[in-house]
Amino acid sequence: MAKRSFDVTRLPGTAVLAVACFVILYIPMAILVAYSFNSGKVIGNWEGLSLKWYGSAIHNQAFLDAAINSLILAVTASVVSTVFATMAALATTRTEKFRGEGAIHIILNQPLMVPEIVLAIALVIIIGQIKQMTGYNGLGFLIAAHTTFCIPFAYLPIRARLEGMDLSLETAAADLYAGRFYTFRRVTLPLLAPAILSGFMLAFVVSLDDLVMSDFLKSPGQDTLPTYLMGELRRNLTSEIYAISSLLLLLSVLIVAGSWVATRKKD
Amino acid sequence: MKYATRMAAATAILMATALPALAAGQLNIYNFGLYTPPDLVKKFEQAYDVKVTVTEYDSNESAIAKIEAGGHGFDIIMPSAYVVPTYIQKGLLLKSEPSSMSNFKNVDPKWVDVTWDSGRHYTVPWVWGTTGVMVNTKVYKGDINTSAIILDPPAELKGKINVVPAMNDVIDMAVEYVGGQQCTTDKAVLKAARDKLIAAKASWASIDYASFEKFIKEDLNASVFWSGAAMRIRAENPGFAYGYPKEGFSLWQDNVAILADAKNVENAKLFLNFIMAPENAALISNYTRYGNAIVGSEKFMDPELPNAPEMNIPAKFKDAAHFQITCPPDVQQIYTKIWTELTK
Amino acid sequence: MTGADTLRRWALALPAVVVITLFSILPLGVVLVYSFLTPGDFGNVKWIFSTDGWFSVLFERNIFDDTIAISDANIGILVRSIVLSLITTLITVIFGLPTAWFIATRPVAQRNFWMFLITIPFWTNLLVRTIAVQEMIRSDGVFNRILLGLGIIHEPIQMMFSNFAVLLGMTYVFLPLMVLPVYAAIEKFDFRLAEASYDLYASRLFTLRRVILPLIRPGVIAGSILVFVPSLGAYVTPRIMGGGKSMMLGNLIDLQFGQGRNWPLGAALSITLTVLVLLALIWYTRLTSGRKERNHG
Repeated sequence: MAKRSFDVTRLPGTAVLAVACFVILYIPMAILVAYSFNSGKVIGNWEGLSLKWYGSAIHNQAFLDAAINSLILAVTASVVSTVFATMAALATTRTEKFRGEGAIHIILNQPLMVPEIVLAIALVIIIGQIKQMTGYNGLGFLIAAHTTFCIPFAYLPIRARLEGMDLSLETAAADLYAGRFYTFRRVTLPLLAPAILSGFMLAFVVSLDDLVMSDFLKSPGQDTLPTYLMGELRRNLTSEIYAISSLLLLLSVLIVAGSWVATRKKD
Repeated sequence: MKYATRMAAATAILMATALPALAAGQLNIYNFGLYTPPDLVKKFEQAYDVKVTVTEYDSNESAIAKIEAGGHGFDIIMPSAYVVPTYIQKGLLLKSEPSSMSNFKNVDPKWVDVTWDSGRHYTVPWVWGTTGVMVNTKVYKGDINTSAIILDPPAELKGKINVVPAMNDVIDMAVEYVGGQQCTTDKAVLKAARDKLIAAKASWASIDYASFEKFIKEDLNASVFWSGAAMRIRAENPGFAYGYPKEGFSLWQDNVAILADAKNVENAKLFLNFIMAPENAALISNYTRYGNAIVGSEKFMDPELPNAPEMNIPAKFKDAAHFQITCPPDVQQIYTKIWTELTK
Repeated sequence: MTGADTLRRWALALPAVVVITLFSILPLGVVLVYSFLTPGDFGNVKWIFSTDGWFSVLFERNIFDDTIAISDANIGILVRSIVLSLITTLITVIFGLPTAWFIATRPVAQRNFWMFLITIPFWTNLLVRTIAVQEMIRSDGVFNRILLGLGIIHEPIQMMFSNFAVLLGMTYVFLPLMVLPVYAAIEKFDFRLAEASYDLYASRLFTLRRVILPLIRPGVIAGSILVFVPSLGAYVTPRIMGGGKSMMLGNLIDLQFGQGRNWPLGAALSITLTVLVLLALIWYTRLTSGRKERNHG
């Protein structure tokens, strides 16, 4: 042991590059947040400290409508996709291979293989036709589209957990004459819960983050936070856009911190 | 039984939330970006107890594509004069007969018998303006009344020029710059215009509906631009000036029309009549910074508007103006091909 | 497994399979069909068979003399998309690998904190991050102000609307995607192996090349795929940073469905982009499954 002349975990230069990486990641966001407290109207021209753009943001009806749409969409799409993904993950693991298992696996991952813009345009073509035929243009189309691309994000962590799970507990429960459903509720589900939670969170964030799909598919009055922000970015002259961006940033900090606390407890 | 009533109630609630479009008191407007005054919308909402949603589009071309695709859910569209005949031919507009509405008497007679909708059976005037060049005079000291700023850019502007992706505006400008006329059938002129545009593109920074803020912050210093938009930039950054290209520039008018498949026709008609009232038309001008076609609206306008340089074409450039129309289909096809080549 | 059991499992997977089939696989099929149709006058398509869409991906017909030439513009965008995506991947490796190493070698209690710092940008809206990086490089932005303030330059440098701007934007937004899988690989690494190598008087470089790198390679490959694939299909970042001139494939596709009014060409380009992504994924699968075999052998 004494022969070791240096710490094996040290590689020269990594610390410098790592610190550079964190600086690069955080400086732009820090500046964005700083400018959101600017009382000046024009983005970036510093005129003094003020909270007024936050005030104007929370009284901005268009922003609030977009936030509500985003929440409805993200909650619905992530709940539905997590339920479907959990079912599919249960179907494709903990068993010998069955006919079509490979096909199911490929189908569930397919949305990940198609660039978002391609999927968006493909859906515009189809959904345009459906809208015309049915006359319906509610939020349902966006929910369906979001659910679709959320499924693989929920499916992957849940499946990974199931693959690594010890089957003996379930077998033990079955040996004790526990019913299939009882075993699932009392044994499988609690073991799977952390993976379901992280699948759900991932799906939620992916839906909340989506701009391209929503922008192409939205009907009147269906702006989401990202599409609203994109619209504002192209025209707005005020620092309000930075206040809104900072609020979104705060939201993601809260989500990350929340998931951190939630998984800590589970451990 | 109890379960059945609960289900019925739940279904009713679901139906009510899922089908808001069928509820009375709605109006869905589809308009260019930054073109619908929020105070006008609010005033209309309060006057008629109607919930208005405004959705924005980039260009006449993308708007007509979306409308034609169907299932859009919009009631009102704002086509430019040159696309109105296409909309009418394709049966996309409702013959709403604005000329029989009570406020129609306020429309300036010179905007009534227009070539694209003579007698105004489909459309109501929204605003009119010109397409010229806007340039930052802190950077560029030369003549501002020339499209050479865009098409033969001086060194100090290279890499700082934006071109708005409005096909007819841009190609008309190039055609006139090389000595032709709007909608020319002369292939040699069209080819020269194409070559000019392709060569100039190397000096441009972007072909985009650049946000105003990019000019105010001087990421961009020149653009093919619309007069009212230029006035709004000047208000925030006085360095910018609007020029009327002496080689030729277009004069245009945008219109308000009800779509043939509108679901809220009555509210849409109310809106058409509403904007023909002078005090409401003035709200449009105050916000968009373009002139409207309603007599008597001047006295409700911001005082600086009627005399602004962007609203008044100097006498010596009056002859350089042409009113923008639809080109014949074969010319329009070449325009489209040039445009595709330029933007891709 | 019995037939009934197979059926039960299929039934369990059915909702997800149906949703994806209806809203992803079927639409992609429609795009393929559309790529063989004729463009309509104002967008949309006419139901007349044509291979012009595919022809225009690589070639163009001169408007005025009908001669046919290779389409420099489309090929230029294709090449730009691939090259910028590769460079983005490379830069994210240069910064991501040491960062992941740094985090994985901290004491366990500190690791969570550093991972927290990486996760926040990862979960922050892409548009917000793009706006943030735009503020750095615009004419009146942070870089130019600093350089002007230091007297290094006298005129702001034009950084927006260029390949550089697109590259910077993509590197910035995709960097966390590299750190996460590389970290996962390094964390699993048993440092006693490196110790053993040093004990045998191997040099630091030798240890790095022969012991450490092979073990974290799967993480780097996974990270590269996670960065390369979204870069190739990027739309938002090039649109904001490139200003409609420094286009990538995603923007070219969007243009055909909007101003360009050539849906069949847009559809053909969409299929091209999808195929490129699939090729990258196939390459990835081969690379990783090849490794597994070697490990077992």
